[in-house]
Amino acid sequence: MKSRRVITAILAAVLCGTAMTACGGGSKNIKVGIINNDPNESGYRTANVNDLKNTFTAEKGYDAQFSYSMKNDEQIQYAQKYIQDEVDYLLLSAAETAGWDTVLQDAKKAGVKVILFDRKVDADSSLYEASIISDMEKEGQTAVDWLKGQSLSEYNIIHLQGVMGSAAQQGRSGALVNTAKELGWNIIAEQTAEWSAEKAQQIVQSVIDSGKKFNVIYAENDDMAKGAVAALDKANISHGVGKDVIIMGFDCNKWALKELKAGNWNYDGQCNPFQSSYIVDIINKLQKGESLSEKVIIMDEKGFDATTITDADVEQYGIGN
Amino acid sequence: MSRLNNKKGLLAGLLRHQMLIPIAALLLLALFNLIADPSFFKISLGTNSNGDPVLTGYLITIIDCGSELAILAIGMTLVTAASGGQDISVGAAIAISGSVVLRVLCGSDSHAQTLQAPIIVAFLVSCAVAMIFGAFNGTLVAFFRIQPMVATLILFTAGRYIAASFHNNELPIVNDPSFGYYGNYFPGIPVPTPCFIAVICFAVITLVLKRTNLGLYIQSVGINEKTARLNGLHPEWIKFMTYVILGLCVAVAGFIKVSRLSTINYSVIAKDIEMDAILAVALGGNALSGGKFNMGASILGAYVIQFLSTTLYKFNVQSDALPAYKAVVVILLVVMSAPAVREKLSALFAKLRKPSHAAQT
Repeated sequence: MKSRRVITAILAAVLCGTAMTACGGGSKNIKVGIINNDPNESGYRTANVNDLKNTFTAEKGYDAQFSYSMKNDEQIQYAQKYIQDEVDYLLLSAAETAGWDTVLQDAKKAGVKVILFDRKVDADSSLYEASIISDMEKEGQTAVDWLKGQSLSEYNIIHLQGVMGSAAQQGRSGALVNTAKELGWNIIAEQTAEWSAEKAQQIVQSVIDSGKKFNVIYAENDDMAKGAVAALDKANISHGVGKDVIIMGFDCNKWALKELKAGNWNYDGQCNPFQSSYIVDIINKLQKGESLSEKVIIMDEKGFDATTITDADVEQYGIGN
Repeated sequence: MSRLNNKKGLLAGLLRHQMLIPIAALLLLALFNLIADPSFFKISLGTNSNGDPVLTGYLITIIDCGSELAILAIGMTLVTAASGGQDISVGAAIAISGSVVLRVLCGSDSHAQTLQAPIIVAFLVSCAVAMIFGAFNGTLVAFFRIQPMVATLILFTAGRYIAASFHNNELPIVNDPSFGYYGNYFPGIPVPTPCFIAVICFAVITLVLKRTNLGLYIQSVGINEKTARLNGLHPEWIKFMTYVILGLCVAVAGFIKVSRLSTINYSVIAKDIEMDAILAVALGGNALSGGKFNMGASILGAYVIQFLSTTLYKFNVQSDALPAYKAVVVILLVVMSAPAVREKLSALFAKLRKPSHAAQT
């Protein structure tokens, strides 16, 4: 009896499209299919997955299904399954940008509303309702502006890059490289440590061995900053607030923010994994039949300074445990 | 190491053949650095932030950072020789064994302020776990006769998730400074600890190869399984054993890796190290299809790879071009160490020597 009612309701929803609230029962749960990358990928992803899991629960009125894959073709299969299941919303963090046109068109035909989060997709923007992303260029620019604000007498920077070509690397590198060119900062070493602490340690070690002077380490994630600090400690070079070398990281892992709070690092830029509140806003608007003012929503992302960060910030914004 | 084979008569032959390539590569890299910037070879005594004396310099960095790879090269050489294939799961296996070390040390609280177990216990547990995973690979290869690369693909794919699952995806951090001694320095000793650990491993494998018939058995299984069986050997068990030994090497390397930073990142720790380990074996002039092997050459090969990475870092090669530079050098080295090319070269040398020899007499 109950299942028949659900089926009727879904059919009604599909038929009525945007006017769903008018014909569907108000008490019925919203069906959501969530396709994400693998939770083990990084601390960022783990936080992202937990955030979504805690938001799209039955108590909050959602009937959510989750699936994870770091492969595009598997993700597309999940998407097709969700479309057949006739979910109301399909939330997608695509493994790769390409290859989504067909399945998103199917979704549109079936009346499934697609919301992209975290990752962009190379598809016509009419195929999805909204895209909630981090602006990596802005993250980089915020960090570089902070660095500018330190007004050092000279800037000798070690630049530790992420995996070349990744969105985070391009955005965070771009801001630094451009500003350095503009203001005459010296980038004395620029290397990819591929997000790895060990490689970062070796690279910084190599700069120390060469005897070159530097006073800033701009690492594009927290792990690499940690590796760099290990190399500095080995060579007895002081780092942190009021010390010889400024340490900058990204991602705001909780352990990194604790380093910041302790004054061992100077700056950490946020890469916001908490997209669910934005998604909920959008779903609520769409449920009421309102239209969205903009398709691409860029999340607020902060940068933390070691001198101003509070314990509350560490708890609230730190990702991981 | 090679020195164990250096009985007078063998010396000339062996050195001319297997050890030649890694030594030549090492000398070439050293010469290049000497010309470009002699300060490359400077070693100085400084202090670290704890006030303890430490040696620093590029050469120290090379032997320090090359330790894990050299230790892995030992196991990889044996596996290659016996089974004629390579284990591509060592990077993932390092993630597993490193994760086990931290799991034992931290207990259930991933940010424990004090060690929950003695370090030696954590190390021994990780050895046991790594050897079990080695035995898993070994069973697939030896008893089920699956291609080594395919058999180890299972752990290669799943290993890092297994490692993450030990800690519920949390990143454990060891706060006790004494754990860091094994990947960095013991207070008061200026030489990095990984160097000592590597030397101990070399000594052990040298003794094993010298005192037991293991080396001989492995080579005979690798050269011809059927003949080995007819001579009373049990090829399956010998192959199996090489994978277990590799497991032990993985545990030691993993222990050093997690000790360096007192934490672990499952997705990037020891990433692509399996390829470097295989390359070390190839650079040592060992046939990747199995059979004869030279342990010393493999170990030297590992240090050549580290020497190369450090050199590239030193010259601050552009990030996007780094793999290309590495590839060019690797192609050169591997082509030079290929048996076919070596034969041609030695024939050429022989020809060159003969006329000059004749002229002198």
